[in-house]
Amino acid sequence: MWTYFLQPENPGAGFWIADTLSIIGLFMIVLLISLAFLLLMDRKVWASVQMRKGPNVVGAFGLLQSFADFLKFVFKEIVVPAGADRTLFLIAPLITFVLAFIGWAVVPVAPGWVISDLNVGILYLFAISSLGVYGIIIGGWASNSKYPFLGALRSAAQMVSYEVSIGFIIVTVLLFAGSMNLSVIVEQQAGGFWNWNMLALHTLPVPMFLVMIPMTAIFFISALAETNRPPFDLPEAESELVAGYQVEYSSTPYLLFMIGEYLNIVLMCAMTTILFFGGWHAPFEFLSFLPPFFWFAAKVIFFFFMFAMVKALVPRYRYDQLMRLGWKIFLPTSLGAVVLVGAYVAYSGAAS
Amino acid sequence: MLQVITFWILASVTVLSAFFVVAARNPVRSVLWLILAFFSAAGLFVLLGAEFLAMLLIVVYVGAVAVLFLFVVMMLDVDFTELKQGFLSYLPFGALVSIVLATELIIVGNAWTEANVVVPAGASATPEGVSNVEALGMLLYDDYAYFFQAAGLVLLVAMIGAIVLTLRHKPHIKRQNIAEQVGRDRKTAVTMQDVKSGEGLGE
Repeated sequence: MWTYFLQPENPGAGFWIADTLSIIGLFMIVLLISLAFLLLMDRKVWASVQMRKGPNVVGAFGLLQSFADFLKFVFKEIVVPAGADRTLFLIAPLITFVLAFIGWAVVPVAPGWVISDLNVGILYLFAISSLGVYGIIIGGWASNSKYPFLGALRSAAQMVSYEVSIGFIIVTVLLFAGSMNLSVIVEQQAGGFWNWNMLALHTLPVPMFLVMIPMTAIFFISALAETNRPPFDLPEAESELVAGYQVEYSSTPYLLFMIGEYLNIVLMCAMTTILFFGGWHAPFEFLSFLPPFFWFAAKVIFFFFMFAMVKALVPRYRYDQLMRLGWKIFLPTSLGAVVLVGAYVAYSGAAS
Repeated sequence: MLQVITFWILASVTVLSAFFVVAARNPVRSVLWLILAFFSAAGLFVLLGAEFLAMLLIVVYVGAVAVLFLFVVMMLDVDFTELKQGFLSYLPFGALVSIVLATELIIVGNAWTEANVVVPAGASATPEGVSNVEALGMLLYDDYAYFFQAAGLVLLVAMIGAIVLTLRHKPHIKRQNIAEQVGRDRKTAVTMQDVKSGEGLGE
């Protein structure tokens, strides 16, 4: 159905624009509403680990908490500090917000359910996620205050460092798939969980799972660092920097920052799902009576749960340890993995 | 139609933001305008069908190089009024450089369109039958493999040089040895001492 709408028989420009806009609108609405509940889930998981109840007042089981928070943020006054660069101060959260959304343009949530099936989809995602740092840097600088600025600098160094290893890990997956199209990458992992790139058991007797399982772990950890989640939330470390780059932000701009941040986390969960866990494919063939979208959503929610658990369980890293982990451990490991996977693809005849 | 509109929007944004890179008072704003220029140039690449180059431009220049740029410029303590003082004295020289650059670009553009002197494969971003990425890969790794490797070596030498120039081992800095820390156990961490009464350990 969606492919029909995306490539209509008589593609008049007006029709195409209206149609694409409606699909984008649908994506945004679904994303925002599911984000409201994912946020609640994040807080509930966090609370459960600490043996608290978490939000439980607004609506049954606190289900409407996110909407209440939304209204609270929207109705507050926007405070711009006197010394701030007003334009940039207000543009920064918008950049974070918009970039978090446009990454979803290439994410295939089910066969054919994608806004734009780009040939360089994975590179597009990589590019967009590497742009995410600008919202934070600009916000931190425009606040014209010390703590936000330190947070922004930390964030810039941290995201640039971990992007490198994420890039190499993506290359290992690309070598298996032989394509940068996300739908092709997912299709290549069809047939059961042993074909997912995390295990890659279809390469047996060559034990590529020895390479791919560590790559999956490193990708997950780098995703934590890339989205400034604990234990890598040094840009907003409250014990050192108050709240880092968002100290001066309040009301709607803060809300935009927060939505952008969480959307980026969900995007990273979706990327993990697509690259390593077979996207919309069921773990067993006989389970595929459930719709593909269900499996995609289930996997994304599982990884979001993992993100929440990490936040609850792991203490914050020290900054020099963070840099050491990124440059001295993850970078050489993922570089070595690229060499190994490349050698496998070149010498096993898997490359067409 | 849509393409033409997109081209004009992207092209005018590129030119305007390139102008503001020079015109902006604040260096940080200059860098931000530069980033916008990079970004819209990437859009122009997409219009040409060179989607891979466009993504690389964003990943490498916007996502990494410009971040470091911004990083450095933000930390500099620049006096903006002092920065603007030499403007008029440098103007003739700057104008000369930009005129030479513009002339060269126009000459190259003319040569490209009229004589078609460039290799045929370079004429189109997407030659028939292969995708943009494959076409680039074949050019880089098959036709120009030697130059590619040489460029890589040059970069490696530059990187090692930069590290050698800046690496200093200061004597009084405590460094963390994580392997040592993790490998610590009761035997290496605790020693039993017999302390005589009234004397203490001495040291």
